[in-house]
Amino acid sequence: MSWLSAVMLALNALWRNRTRAMLTTLGVVIGVASVIAMVSVGAGAQQRIATQLESMGTNSLVVRPGSQTRGGVRTGAGTTSTLSRDDAEAIADLPGVVAIAPSIRTSAQIRYRGTNWGTAVEGVTPDFTRVRNWPVVEGEFFTEQHVNGAAHVCVLGQTVAHELFGIASPVGETIVMKGVACRILGVLKEKGASAWGSDQDDSVFLPLTTVQRKIMGVTHIDRIEVETASREASFQVMKELKRLLRKRHRIATDQPEDFRMYNRAELAQTSEESARVFTWLLGSIASVSLLVGGIGIMNIMLVSVTERTHEIGIRMALGARRRDILWQFLLEAIMLSGAGGLIGVIIGVGGAVALSKFSQFPVSITPWSIVVAFLFAALVGIFFGLHPARKASRLQPIEALRYE
Amino acid sequence: MNSPIIEIKGLHKYYAMDGVQVHALRGIDLVVNEADFLAIMGPSGSGKSTLMNILGCLDIPDEGSYRLNGKDVTHMDSDELAILRNREIGFVFQSFNLLSRTSAIENVETPLIYAGVNKKERRERSAALLQRMGLGDRLYHLPNQLSGGQQQRVAIARALVTSPTLLLADEPTGNMDTATSQEIMDILCRLNQEEGLTILLITHEAEIAVRAKRSLILRDGRLEEGL
Repeated sequence: MSWLSAVMLALNALWRNRTRAMLTTLGVVIGVASVIAMVSVGAGAQQRIATQLESMGTNSLVVRPGSQTRGGVRTGAGTTSTLSRDDAEAIADLPGVVAIAPSIRTSAQIRYRGTNWGTAVEGVTPDFTRVRNWPVVEGEFFTEQHVNGAAHVCVLGQTVAHELFGIASPVGETIVMKGVACRILGVLKEKGASAWGSDQDDSVFLPLTTVQRKIMGVTHIDRIEVETASREASFQVMKELKRLLRKRHRIATDQPEDFRMYNRAELAQTSEESARVFTWLLGSIASVSLLVGGIGIMNIMLVSVTERTHEIGIRMALGARRRDILWQFLLEAIMLSGAGGLIGVIIGVGGAVALSKFSQFPVSITPWSIVVAFLFAALVGIFFGLHPARKASRLQPIEALRYE
Repeated sequence: MNSPIIEIKGLHKYYAMDGVQVHALRGIDLVVNEADFLAIMGPSGSGKSTLMNILGCLDIPDEGSYRLNGKDVTHMDSDELAILRNREIGFVFQSFNLLSRTSAIENVETPLIYAGVNKKERRERSAALLQRMGLGDRLYHLPNQLSGGQQQRVAIARALVTSPTLLLADEPTGNMDTATSQEIMDILCRLNQEEGLTILLITHEAEIAVRAKRSLILRDGRLEEGL
């Protein structure tokens, strides 16, 4: 029997029972559509998390001052002032470190002509834009010279620029904080909320030395961001960094450290991992409905084999071999699931697109989820079609002929 | 050409029915030559159906040998038997055994599908045969839109479509009135006389059997000379 005839036979048989065929297909349609829609939702969430991590800089470590124990009293994290700019310079020389951004942070009331705005003031170095992955959209960032000379210049975050200047350009204007007048060099790109919910754009950035000497009158720093060559390198750098700082701060081996480190790569890995698990979870729940659709196919094919036993007998008497019968029924099952797969892909993709249009939920339609869902559907057809088809092909011609 | 179409020696068949073993065929010897028209008669329970199943390669004997057109059927597997049924044998059944909800022409085409004949040739051969059976205007009728005689003629067309060496007719007139029976027998006789088609007919009606060239009687699993 030729392939074309086999396909035509199967199509004819399905056409004769079209209502039943459509209902059977519906199970697979729902299965495939939900797999695609669910995986798209999961992938969308995954992508949103990835973008957020990207904006934070994923190959980076953060060093913060730790607590101190003096006479049995342990002060809170960030309360020591042992971290210095020299520490930062030493860290910059570690292998695997690409750039560092030491910073110090305080808050101040900023005045501009008649208005004022209370915000965070952060002293940073020019590498800040690179390490934090936070470019300037207007004007420019300050340079190494500005830092060396503790120049009275600053760069505004979007929120501050908006609060003080509205839609007017702040570049070239002068603002005053704690009696220090600073010329505005530029405005940073909008960054949005941090992973912890605070508005990152509500900040003013000054040269590190300007904040240390002119505003706070201190010499320490309270944060070092360290960019590493890769996410993998960050783990090695973290170990080296720990050793280096213990040595520099002369901490005995049995004493606790006076600094803390946070590895963003670790955080990134955890959140990405949980997003992936989320996607898989959604996908597997949806797969169950695909499985149920497959069982529906098997059910209807078994009924069909019983119903058509006499027909099978006639076909065998006329010269159909066992494999001809096997293929006829298997092809029917595959066509049911294949058609279900195709329609399911269309509905699934349509549903995902509609979801992203009408809700705020991020949706990402991944080609692999479409391919996998469709192949899975076809596989379901083969798997659940095989048993009924074998049953049909193993009938004895005489008994099948006698069956009414 | 010298070898007979059917050559059976010492054929036995047993089957179990409700746990009791039944000795259905007890040593059958039979030779049917080309262009023969043999009727086998027998009361019900004589083993007619069992013999028919073996002759039609739907079943294999437990003992003895069966050669169809020179080929030893006894040790064939299910695929070889299927090919043999397709190429060498045309079946005509009492209950027609047409595929329901399938047009006359598609019914006739079915054996050719399994023979791997292409669609165009299938259509042509099937249409030509139905024409010869006087059903040229009913090619696309469904079986339930045809009378019993017409259905049997579709079945005969289907049996002939692969140009088989043997036509096996199992009570082909069983459900028909006399006129229709004679009409069907006329067709079979004509096929035998004009084209030299070898026909083996099974019936329990003497007036049908007399129209064959010769007849045998099956009684208690053994063949006897008849009429």
